[in-house]
Amino acid sequence: MDNYEKISMVVNGKNYSLEVDIRESLLEVLRNRLHFTGVKQGCSVGECGACTVLVEGLPVNSCIYLAVWANGKRITTIEGISKAGELSRVQQAFVDEGAVQCGFCTPGLVLTATALTQTGRKYTDEEIKREISGHLCRCTGYNKIFNAVKRVLNE
Amino acid sequence: MYDIVGIESPDTLEAAIEMLSNNPNLKIIAGGTDVLVQMRNGALEEIALLSLRNIPGMADIRIMDNGTISIGAMATFAEIFRSSIINEHLPVLSEAAVSVGGPQIRNMATIGGNICNGAVSADSATTLFAYNAELKLLSREGERTVPIEEFYAGPGKVNLQPAEILTAILIPETGYRKTSGCYIKHSTRKAMDIAMLGVSVVCKTAGGKFTDVRIALGVAAPVPIRCREAEAYAIGKETSSEIIREIGRYAVRASRARDSWRASKAYREHLIEVLVFRALKEAVIRDGGEDIG
Repeated sequence: MDNYEKISMVVNGKNYSLEVDIRESLLEVLRNRLHFTGVKQGCSVGECGACTVLVEGLPVNSCIYLAVWANGKRITTIEGISKAGELSRVQQAFVDEGAVQCGFCTPGLVLTATALTQTGRKYTDEEIKREISGHLCRCTGYNKIFNAVKRVLNE
Repeated sequence: MYDIVGIESPDTLEAAIEMLSNNPNLKIIAGGTDVLVQMRNGALEEIALLSLRNIPGMADIRIMDNGTISIGAMATFAEIFRSSIINEHLPVLSEAAVSVGGPQIRNMATIGGNICNGAVSADSATTLFAYNAELKLLSREGERTVPIEEFYAGPGKVNLQPAEILTAILIPETGYRKTSGCYIKHSTRKAMDIAMLGVSVVCKTAGGKFTDVRIALGVAAPVPIRCREAEAYAIGKETSSEIIREIGRYAVRASRARDSWRASKAYREHLIEVLVFRALKEAVIRDGGEDIG
């Protein structure tokens, strides 16, 4: 079998066509080939959430998502969140609530929170906690992150 | 990089069966949240994959004319959790689906993969046991349907024949109509954790008495199990606190709990007794009954 496959995907609104190694994860292609280094590599087994990107608007762990599966898909990384130098509402809420410390978990959390805002529905406190539970943060103790997400969902 | 030597991505089930028949070494991959992690750990090496992701319609959830609910094997746990059909008719499965991993995992992991990897801790399996689910399997020889209880062969082992694909999970109307139920997952963390014990109950009551009780346990034996003795005891009994406590004690008899680093045998048996009580009590409340304390 051929070990390379040609894929086309839209990342942050821009078309990319490239040959990927079938062994590569989406994380590896985004970081190493396309240089979207806001996608962080943490545990590599889908537990920490640092590598979270949106695939067709849904948060997934790009470390356990094969690059070939991204063919034809619309991907959003943290680089695609701010528009024309303006922070998004989610990013601004993270700043305002002081929800960022070392920053390693932040791109993933901002993307998950962005996906939540795009559902257009209301979330209870318990639901917010559940929806951000796929992200590990070793700095903040989560309270400020929770406050930021709650704030943006209630705006 | 993963230790993958090839990947086939057919866009029809027929083509997938053909590829599997011609190359029995192909490893089926669905959501990938288990297979890829096993590869990362070195438990799987030099793997040729058969991805089911490009086959349309394999994630459909629908009610058939005879009332049977069909859940496509590729339906993700997020899709199951959000499905109006599941929430209306199989609420316990929705409860189990949202207890799996975390949100990102639920957007990828499929119910078919959860069953086929044979994990005794599979959050979906316990509830499917309690709903008397059947599995639709397709091979070159045709289609067969087996009760989920007969599918589990041992830890990590299922009775999936070579070149066979699980296409859908079927829940007959008799399995869910007019039932109440509850799923309790007991784990150290509330998210991103594997069950120390999973308890799923589905029941029917009439005039304050149990007319049908189904109790399924995960991580209480090498495979998910039903507690037949406890179920038989419960029929015709009042939905009282004492009776439900006794049902919990009966449920322990079906288990073959063992010591593991996650929990001791003694603790697991204690959990079975207490959690079966709590789950059944909650099921009675949801059925419109009183909180019997």
